[in-house]
Amino acid sequence: MTMLQHDPDYNFGYLDEQTKRMIRRALLKAVAIPGYQVPFGSREMPLARGWGTGGIQITAALIGPEDRLKVIDQGADDTTNAVSIRRFFARVSGVATTEETSEASIIQTRHRIPEKPLDEGQILVYQVPQPEPLRKLEPSEVETRKMHAWAEYGAMHVRLYEDIARFGHVATTYSYPVMVNDRYVMSPTPIPKFDNPKMDDMPALQLFGAGREKRIYAIPPYTKVKSLDFEDHPFTIQSWTEPCALCAATDSYLDEVITDDHGGRMFVCSDSSYCEDRRAKGHIGKELAVAEALDYVDRGEGASHDA
Amino acid sequence: MRESSTPVIADPDPILIAKNVTKHYGERIGCEDVSFSLWPGEVLGIVGESGSGKSTLLRCLAGIDRPTSGEILFRHEGEPISLFNIPEPTRRKLMRTEWGIVHQNPRDGLRMDVSAGGNVGERLMDRGDRHYGKIRRSAMEWLTRVEINEDRIDDRPRQFSGGMQQRLQIARVLVPEPRLVFMDEPTGGLDVSVQARLLDLLRVLVRDLGIAAVIVTHDLAVARLLTDRLMVMKGGYVVEEGLTDQVLDDPHHAYTQLLTSAVLAA
Ligand SMILES: Nc1ncnc2c1ncn2[C@@H]1O[C@H](COP(=O)(O)OP(=O)(O)OP(=O)(O)O)[C@@H](O)[C@H]1O
Ligand SMILES: [Mg+2]
Ligand SMILES: [Zn+2]
Repeated sequence: MTMLQHDPDYNFGYLDEQTKRMIRRALLKAVAIPGYQVPFGSREMPLARGWGTGGIQITAALIGPEDRLKVIDQGADDTTNAVSIRRFFARVSGVATTEETSEASIIQTRHRIPEKPLDEGQILVYQVPQPEPLRKLEPSEVETRKMHAWAEYGAMHVRLYEDIARFGHVATTYSYPVMVNDRYVMSPTPIPKFDNPKMDDMPALQLFGAGREKRIYAIPPYTKVKSLDFEDHPFTIQSWTEPCALCAATDSYLDEVITDDHGGRMFVCSDSSYCEDRRAKGHIGKELAVAEALDYVDRGEGASHDA
Repeated sequence: MRESSTPVIADPDPILIAKNVTKHYGERIGCEDVSFSLWPGEVLGIVGESGSGKSTLLRCLAGIDRPTSGEILFRHEGEPISLFNIPEPTRRKLMRTEWGIVHQNPRDGLRMDVSAGGNVGERLMDRGDRHYGKIRRSAMEWLTRVEINEDRIDDRPRQFSGGMQQRLQIARVLVPEPRLVFMDEPTGGLDVSVQARLLDLLRVLVRDLGIAAVIVTHDLAVARLLTDRLMVMKGGYVVEEGLTDQVLDDPHHAYTQLLTSAVLAA
């Protein structure tokens, strides 16, 4: 990939150097206290609300000319949101971008962790809409800070208790709370609970930014991350009865896709890069041909389907 | 006379000691120079007219409000600890495990949007219990003990009557088996018949568990039924104290005489 020039009208990475230093200081503190929410002076970004400006500010403060950026939204590199953020960084920093998980040095994400295990040296930046896992139980910020400071987390289990009492199991499937480093209860952002186990002992650095709430938190590499549960109702992840319709993967998070208006549907990997990669290696799901005919996937991506 | 139910005080050391406890709100006196000791298994009543400082004193004793001066000692693991000279998290932990507070208004003591089982179970989860089945069984046992039908375990407090809410609050306070409970007008705002049943229940529970209790009331009948010893407050001061029956049957202070005669006249 060729190195692009960054738009000279903006400082490299859009933010001014002083703001970047302020964010980096918050990041250092966050890394030093895994799972602890560090306040920071969040800036306005030239992107619409709900686009995850907290994560974007972290990326802007970290990115250097040598970096390679991957941006995903709901697991996909090609959604409007992901494309806009990628274009934004290409313009203000000129850095190379990629869709390939293993090639990226920084991965900015909303709602997913890539299926391909991350490595040492990689940084995963999460966009966070609501950083406070106790907020639903306790509206007062003063009180939630005390609860964190003194590890008063009984109320968190009340939430799980209520789910089991009502539904027979913990019904929370997104933003499923975790305990970081045996100390802080943390919201993993709205990723599916399927991704929670990937956070545990991850070789990559995980950074979380909440723009509106002005909070940064982090999980350093190889940190213990445990999903909250009961001894007799252990944490479980979602599972599917069928493999990915396109690449036959049985170990990935699947989205349901409607294929026609007669109730036709199939389950496909939410991580589009992972799915493509598997197809390129010759894995064929049972609906791949149908999907190609519908232009749902690019014909010719799968090696064995080349004409 | 309820001599038969007076507990045998075997333990030589008090569980709670108040030393010259004083609380001022600016110029106004909340309570002034209150000293007493409370032994394990003993039930102390605080009576007095409205504004005499009962709730103020109770809030200090329970660790909620810091007194302006004076000291409160709680015996913890054999050692007296000074309640307001320990770090706040330690005090909060004691408040959830070693003693409990039954508030006059159930809303102050319950999570209204959490089921009855969750309300009772929270105290167990606070102390680290992580077995759903056991937590639920304990919650069910306690609901039964406070005469709430087991099949109401998943209902929320707002679906309960006032008396049921108060009993639920009591279950929530007692489930971690505290050594001391504070109650501020536990029967306030309830119908007379509901009050009588609740009092009966409280008496049985407190006696069965052998816990110490401080009960604030303006109702002398409640005091007579539940307490071993009585303190009479007026204008923030304790004007008379002694064994409940003695204080009520043979009051020395003119104010107490007035209080007791008011009840007789009623
Ligand atoms: N938060 C407060 N700020 C200022 N003054 C207060 C406060 N709380 C209580 N007081 C005052 O302290 C005195 C004692 O009040 P307290 O509430 O302790 O009385 P009480 O005996 O519990 O009365 P009641 O039977 O009506 O509940 C009163 O003069 C009251 O006005
Ligand atoms: Mg009062
Ligand atoms: Zn797939």
